Amino acid sequence: MPEPTPDTRPYWDGAAAGELRIQRCLDCRQPYFYPRPICPSCGSDKVEWFTASGDATLYSYVINHRPAPGFEEEAPYAIAVVQLAEGPRMMTSIRGVPATPEDLVLDMPLRVSFEQRGDVWLPVFTAARAGEPEEAR
Amino acid sequence: MSGQGVIIAGAAETDEIGRLPNHSTLQLHIEAARNAVADAGLTMRDIDGIATVSAPGPVQVAHALGIYPDWVDGTGVGGTSFLLHVRHAVAAIRAGYAKTVLITHGESGRSRVGTAPFRMGGSSPAGQFEAPYGTLGPTTTFTIPMLRYMKEYGLTHEQLAYVAVAQRQWAAKNPRAMFRDIITVDDVLASRMVAYPFHLLECCLVTDGGGALVVTAADRAAGFPKPPVHVIGTGEASETPMISQMIDFTESRAFREAGQRAFAEAGITTADVDHLMIYDAFAHVPIYGLEALGFVKKGEGGPFIADGNTEPGGRLPLNTNGGGLSYTHTGMYGMFAIQEGVRQIRGEAAAQVDDPQVSVILGNGGMFATSGVLVLSRAPR
Repeated sequence: MPEPTPDTRPYWDGAAAGELRIQRCLDCRQPYFYPRPICPSCGSDKVEWFTASGDATLYSYVINHRPAPGFEEEAPYAIAVVQLAEGPRMMTSIRGVPATPEDLVLDMPLRVSFEQRGDVWLPVFTAARAGEPEEAR
Repeated sequence: MSGQGVIIAGAAETDEIGRLPNHSTLQLHIEAARNAVADAGLTMRDIDGIATVSAPGPVQVAHALGIYPDWVDGTGVGGTSFLLHVRHAVAAIRAGYAKTVLITHGESGRSRVGTAPFRMGGSSPAGQFEAPYGTLGPTTTFTIPMLRYMKEYGLTHEQLAYVAVAQRQWAAKNPRAMFRDIITVDDVLASRMVAYPFHLLECCLVTDGGGALVVTAADRAAGFPKPPVHVIGTGEASETPMISQMIDFTESRAFREAGQRAFAEAGITTADVDHLMIYDAFAHVPIYGLEALGFVKKGEGGPFIADGNTEPGGRLPLNTNGGGLSYTHTGMYGMFAIQEGVRQIRGEAAAQVDDPQVSVILGNGGMFATSGVLVLSRAPR
């Protein structure tokens, strides 16, 4: 279960509000993830939070057949890394797509969604369907 | 970089490796240490520096051996740590901080006797940003880059499987290897799926065992019973603590940077390398390693192995003990890769390569997190 820390709290507050909030540097303009207080590109501490578009593509994944504790019901399940439209990558789960190599196609467009896990809301991704309104939480 | 020559004067593994439920982690360290110090013709009184990972850590290991060291190194960056210990020992010996350094590894990876339980805190970066998605150790994380590599470079499932096939051919020649029966690509692809695209036979073993090294100045080389193994180049580099943040899923920055440093210090090119060890926690790691070290171009590592170049009779003997896939893998395998490099240079390996002058060892720590590279040589630099 993720436990937010002071430096990551805005990310988790954003997720609870249905927003994928990441950071960017005010000096070199690079967006970045995971949350930390200085820019990994230039070292500046002039950074800000912003709400990412929520659009992403599937960068890589595995289909895990040996479930982590608490994931037994889901196995086999995909553990994915997605590339956000803004550039940074993050690990996530893909919802609404069968966990098969045929259905999980690299570079397929994805859209963020959020699901509750204990006290926190967790960003997950679903297949993006062109023209559909953003899924309500 | 120049400096005083440094050698590996003693090297040994525990008497047995594999399933050792009657050995604690500390016992494995001690047995390996005793064997390595005896291999160097020394006693514990000769040791003034100790390096190992925690737990148990260098102070515990030293104390258990009756050593009060002048120098310790507890660098703990996963399975490549022991390669970094060698590098740091070279620097310490050149600086005069220590004269004779003992590097130990012991891990009850399979039987879990006397080991610290593994817990990942939910507030750590990985605990917040990876574990919530169902990761469970290396099989679920180290493996994630592979599909991106396969898409970018066209590597086939059969080529990936062949890495395990080639290494089993070496293991078949090694009585200490845990798995020695020859296997085929079909056998690999028919083995249980662990984390697609990785089948069981593309994942390393989980074993108990240990190993240790004695490192000292080359000007003492004549005083030891075994031929000296000169450490003529070393490198280390790091990239990411979380696989999701790897810069490019098709290449390891840490492997490449560490390799370039080690080759530059040794003054060698890939053409000078007679024997190669690449840490193989999973079948894709040797492919990434061959490309990062410049033996082949990007995308060519899989076909190079599948064409037979690295198996017995091939032109670049790779992972000649059978590797983590077939020989042993306690969890932090790097020590065993070094041991095989030393055996090959000394001419005492089970599957001995024909008169190798230069052996290169590429270590991996974490999931492409950190790398150490050693260039071992029969002759001084």
